[in-house]
Amino acid sequence: MVEIPRRSLLAAIAALGAGACSKIAESDTGQSLFEAAQGGHRALHRALAGRQGLAPEYAPEDRSPSFRGNGSVTVETPFYKDQLAKGFPDWRLTVRGLVERPLSLTLAEIRALPQRTQITRHDCVEGWSAIGEWTGPQLAVLLDAARVREEANFIVLRCADTLYGSAYYESIDMVEAYHPQTIIAHALNGAPLPEKNGAPLRARIERQLGYKHAKYLTAIEAVASLDGIGKGKGGFWEDHAGYQWYAGI
Amino acid sequence: MAKHALSTRLWHWINAAAIIVLFMSGLNISNAHRHLYWGDYGFDPKEAWLSVIRFPGWATLPQHYNLALARDWHILAAWPFGVGLAFIWIAMLANGHFRRDLATRPSDWTPAGVIASLRAHSAGGADAAHGYNSVQKILYGMVLGGLLPLMLFTGLAISPGFQAAAPWLLELLGGRQSARSLHFLAAWGIFGFFVIHLVLALANWRLILEMITGGRRAAQASPAIATALPAEGAREHG
Repeated sequence: MVEIPRRSLLAAIAALGAGACSKIAESDTGQSLFEAAQGGHRALHRALAGRQGLAPEYAPEDRSPSFRGNGSVTVETPFYKDQLAKGFPDWRLTVRGLVERPLSLTLAEIRALPQRTQITRHDCVEGWSAIGEWTGPQLAVLLDAARVREEANFIVLRCADTLYGSAYYESIDMVEAYHPQTIIAHALNGAPLPEKNGAPLRARIERQLGYKHAKYLTAIEAVASLDGIGKGKGGFWEDHAGYQWYAGI
Repeated sequence: MAKHALSTRLWHWINAAAIIVLFMSGLNISNAHRHLYWGDYGFDPKEAWLSVIRFPGWATLPQHYNLALARDWHILAAWPFGVGLAFIWIAMLANGHFRRDLATRPSDWTPAGVIASLRAHSAGGADAAHGYNSVQKILYGMVLGGLLPLMLFTGLAISPGFQAAAPWLLELLGGRQSARSLHFLAAWGIFGFFVIHLVLALANWRLILEMITGGRRAAQASPAIATALPAEGAREHG
């Protein structure tokens, strides 16, 4: 009897199928299938949860003992290091783009706005989760103060950090931007944001995966289209690694 | 009358393709963070209840580590899998397949029932023409009513966008990391069934043909003919 190495046989079958799969994945049809599938999940989530459906919130004792930092864990500029040491006295968050009244806010001004505190779970695309308490104004408060124009379809979150030589950024649609749990957090577990978690400001987009929660925020920009921003796919990981723009799956 | 309804055959093959894509892309996704936890949170490998191997490229989709593309495949194949599972349950309940072939009686769960199944099998009875035996009913029931729905619900539950729709689901499953662990365990449970199912089907390749053509339900047409002509039931089994 011929001895067929079973592992190689299995590998050969897998490679045959996977070869066909990579042909599909690289084709335009494949790409539009992936996009349609992703859009379908988003539509399903929105239909079932509603635009304002809340992510679960937890009790203080449910928090994880620490909160992992991932991706960028600092900003490699002298200005950032200096500001970090001094408590960010000269840090500004601008609200710009398609707005009637552009804003430039200090941390003190951001802390003086109405605040929301929420204990939520952070799910990384890799699979792990951490739970922490976040405090900051709702993004909706900032957008209303700046009076976002009708033509705006997306909010782009601009960041100070760079990864692999490119500026980090992310974007969300207006449903997510006006969601009650979407906040610009300046505190984690009652203390100012640690450096690894995005000091001094980070976004919390609670119904999506971690890579949407942009850290080291410098600007909030209302735009009509994502074309021409980065490589046009709506975020750092979307541009450079092909991650899904809708990170709710 | 066909042994396998058209709805069963369509679902069987679409679901088989979906499950292969989901399993192999799932192994790729597992490589992103190879540690499993219980409860709501978990990120420290030291706290993991299980750390699994890095699955080799030949077993994953795509065949090299690519979390974005693996997730693209997973998100796509989830549709035929999830919609298909709802479809086959409605079809099985509507066309009597569930009541006739899968619903168990108390006698199916007794040791005597299981022994009778094994005897019937070795005598050439692993054939749906005579209805499923106790072991088949229990196994198919566990897969269709247990593992596959568990896969679907744990998959939905670990999507952060879905949790706003059904926070009770995460609570029921014991938290997000528990749901993720169960998703992983159920995947291997289905893999185990897949291996047994494939080996038994390959041992009698006509069963595979029948799952394509539909086959014929001989014995139920006329018990008298079935008794007079035992050939259909007594054909070779591997």
